[in-house]
Amino acid sequence: MRVLDKLVRTARRRSPWLFHLNAGSCNGCDIELVTCLTPRYDVEQLGIRLEGSPRHADIVVVSGPVTRTTRAALETVYAQVPDPKVVVALGSCPASCNVFAGSPVVEGPLESIVPVDVFVPGCPPRPDAIIAGVAEAIAILAGDQPRNDEGRP
Amino acid sequence: MSVGRAVFFLLVFPGALYAVPAAWLMLWLERKLAARAQRRIGPPFFQPFFDFVKLLAKRPVPRRTLQGLVMTALPVLAVAAILGALSLVPVFPRSHGFSGDLILLVGLLEVPPLCAVLAGFASGSLYGELGATREAMLGVASSLPFLTALLALAAAAHSLTLGDAALAAGWPVRVPALVALALCLPVKLRVNPFSVANAEQEIYTGVTTEFDGPRLALWELAHGLEWVALTGLWVAFAVAPANVSRPLRAVAFVVASLVLALVVAAVAAATARLKLTQAARVYWQWGFAVALVALVVAMVWP
Repeated sequence: MRVLDKLVRTARRRSPWLFHLNAGSCNGCDIELVTCLTPRYDVEQLGIRLEGSPRHADIVVVSGPVTRTTRAALETVYAQVPDPKVVVALGSCPASCNVFAGSPVVEGPLESIVPVDVFVPGCPPRPDAIIAGVAEAIAILAGDQPRNDEGRP
Repeated sequence: MSVGRAVFFLLVFPGALYAVPAAWLMLWLERKLAARAQRRIGPPFFQPFFDFVKLLAKRPVPRRTLQGLVMTALPVLAVAAILGALSLVPVFPRSHGFSGDLILLVGLLEVPPLCAVLAGFASGSLYGELGATREAMLGVASSLPFLTALLALAAAAHSLTLGDAALAAGWPVRVPALVALALCLPVKLRVNPFSVANAEQEIYTGVTTEFDGPRLALWELAHGLEWVALTGLWVAFAVAPANVSRPLRAVAFVVASLVLALVVAAVAAATARLKLTQAARVYWQWGFAVALVALVVAMVWP
């Protein structure tokens, strides 16, 4: 059993699949995330794949301040991702709503809706920072690093 | 074919023990080659294996009982059918198979696409249904040249046994039949330029969009096994030296399968996706024309 457990943890470390959800982002962070797949950064060499379906994903990357229209989609998508899963907040918007704070159509920050494990600050963050954030998410996924349980709803 | 031999073919070679690692190797080859073509480094060697283990260890979101049952049974059936088809691939034509195994092989090879179509509709997702429709249309289109080519090989050998067809079919029949079969490989493996059914970025991953965890792992495995089975079938007909010892034949089979997989992956990496109508037309017209040539030659050749 111990060997099997070790194998599963290794597999989780080596095969994290991402799902990207745009919760009202301005597209800045989204472009930076896609940059990670290009030849310069090529995250596929870490086993990372950007999946089109949340059901295939291990890590949910959310960008944007969570607008009123995207909240239901966010909740559905989060429920569809099979456990174990990790949420990464991409950029300043999901962390603090950024310049959109106080707007009547913004329901964020993200942490008030779903539990967030990793924050990647920046407006937008550099691809290096995104990869560092995803690496932290991978460590949480594989059980190498404890989850940040403070402020869980 | 004795029971012991059949079990060996099913479980050891060219069945599960060989096919599962070979499936992962071919899936890796496909991704690695695409990555290299885009000047990326690409996934590590063990990537498909780790993907499989990780997906198996995920805890799927609960579904309604019947839907969950159907969505589990379909990929299991697909894997089982493709393993059965693999065990019939005539690697050792003299000792392999039985009278009429060509019909069984055709039937078993058609099961995974059928399961995929059903899975697309069972998942109840728009993208799954779109993928299932495309899969069904391309399945019909590609089956025409595929079956005609196999029929031509059987007619040339006057036998419905795969081993006989692999040994006896004359080259004037074999060459056009192999061209037609090769043309069917990319669409049956759902890779470019015929990756219409699982068109990623367009309809996500088609029929498997709604599948998660172990169920998705089984689909990935079935897909990899399809690579091994279809390239293996082509190689068994193309590389059929008559008087060669068994180990040498097995090695030639494995090497030729990998080379063919490499060629298919290279074509996939170098091409873009066709439209559904264009892809279907390739098979209705060109694929069928080539296969028909093989059949006519098989009928009139002395």
